[in-house]
Amino acid sequence: MSTNGMESWAVDLKDVGAIYPFQGTEVILVILGLAFWIGFHVMQARVEAGELAEAERDFNAEHSNKNIDRY
Amino acid sequence: MGSNIDALTTVFTEFYYWVTVVMMFLIHVGFCMYEVGASRRRNHMHTLMKNTMLIPLVTITFFFFGWWIYWAFPNGPGFIGGLEDGSANAPWSPTMATNLSDRITGVFWAAFLLFSWTAASIVSGSVIERIRSTAFWIHAVLIGSVFWIIDASWGWHYAGWMVKVLGYHDAYASGVIHAIAGGYALGVLVVLGPRLGKFAADGTPRDIPPHNPWLVTIGLFLIYTGFWGFYAACNVPIISPEVIDGQITGVTWTATNIYLAPTTLGAITFNFLMSLSGGLLVAYIVSKGDAFWTYSGGLAGIITASAGNDLYHPIQAMFIAGFGTFCAYKLHYWVERKFKIDDAVGAVAVHGYAGFIGVCIAGFMLWGQPSSPYEGYAAINPLGQFIGAVIMFGVLGFLPAFIISKIMAAKGMLRIPEKAELQGLDHHSELAYQAAIDDVRAAERELAANQK
Repeated sequence: MSTNGMESWAVDLKDVGAIYPFQGTEVILVILGLAFWIGFHVMQARVEAGELAEAERDFNAEHSNKNIDRY
Repeated sequence: MGSNIDALTTVFTEFYYWVTVVMMFLIHVGFCMYEVGASRRRNHMHTLMKNTMLIPLVTITFFFFGWWIYWAFPNGPGFIGGLEDGSANAPWSPTMATNLSDRITGVFWAAFLLFSWTAASIVSGSVIERIRSTAFWIHAVLIGSVFWIIDASWGWHYAGWMVKVLGYHDAYASGVIHAIAGGYALGVLVVLGPRLGKFAADGTPRDIPPHNPWLVTIGLFLIYTGFWGFYAACNVPIISPEVIDGQITGVTWTATNIYLAPTTLGAITFNFLMSLSGGLLVAYIVSKGDAFWTYSGGLAGIITASAGNDLYHPIQAMFIAGFGTFCAYKLHYWVERKFKIDDAVGAVAVHGYAGFIGVCIAGFMLWGQPSSPYEGYAAINPLGQFIGAVIMFGVLGFLPAFIISKIMAAKGMLRIPEKAELQGLDHHSELAYQAAIDDVRAAERELAANQK
């Protein structure tokens, strides 16, 4: 038994198609992949919101002017 | 070349490998930028030269004996047979020169050579700012022209004993390049010790930020670019079943991986990009958007998925990459805190841990699949992959580096003196630079004073 159904290369390659493992799980993979993608946005938004809130808390006019002058 | 189709195939293959070599040069450009960016200003030129000079040293030694090792050692020797006849790849062989009857050896040698540079360069970054060049260049030759090419002969050769006996599968070198180089770097670091000031008196690690994060990230971008060439160079671009001479029947020509088992450039293009993306996304989140670790995570992602990227589905490659990147990041800081290891660029994590994990994951994902088109080889399996990862990271990576570094340390040739480290390794060249400027200025002022 193998994860892509091939146990040897004693085949004619013209008869072979997909060779990735766990064929038949493509739809599940896509659903999980989409969840991963959405999860990134959710987590990234949280991280960024936290950083911006911290930046607001730490605001210092003198430091800001220095940064503006630095360009 | 018996016919026009043979001639075209040969010349196409020659050109294909030649292009990969040129692309892979970018890996080294990237490593140089990355290391210089990570080092502090007082060590720039030394850091650059340390990495640059591994190029000629590894090149000539790889010509003299590295390439011969690859062809002579697939049986161990001593594990499943004796030395193979590597005479066609010995430095005195007529095929290791301009030869109209052999157009492939030169470009194939060069493709492997560029992998050798990479192996040595991975070690280079982790030891910056405190290793003697003398010691590093000896290590560079050993990892670049001896140890990695032994592991390639064992586990990255169509007849290597690890492939035959263990069913070892590592198509784009998670273990063969990255785990061994990461393990080697760790072996040196354990003996070399941290940079001065890296750890507080109570053992708390301090961050030593790169002096130029922008240069570091562009360096990593260039490494990605060169990595494309590396992936292409790991394939045989076109070959017929009769030339493979294995079990494949019919007349359909194909691209193959290094084991001569079929794959496609399309597959590795999908998987390279999806694993890069998986690594970048996870690294961004886990590092809270840190640019250095996000870029390094992209690399760690590709490295984790590389062992099976000839066969994975792209979404599988993405998830495997993300998992490996997460583990590499966490392991880096855990090892740093626990064992006081100062890996200046995270090379042990990005290459070593990610590579090790990637080899192991491939054992589960590809379980039962043929490791080779030849009869009698073990199938890919988790135990074989785990043993393979231990051989790469531990036996051929960490262990020799640790022993050799111990010898170097005992001879006082491993680490620079403390005063030199504090003063900076560019001290002498900076003095000469300033003296030259002062001299020219004085001469020009004198000329200006004499003008009417």
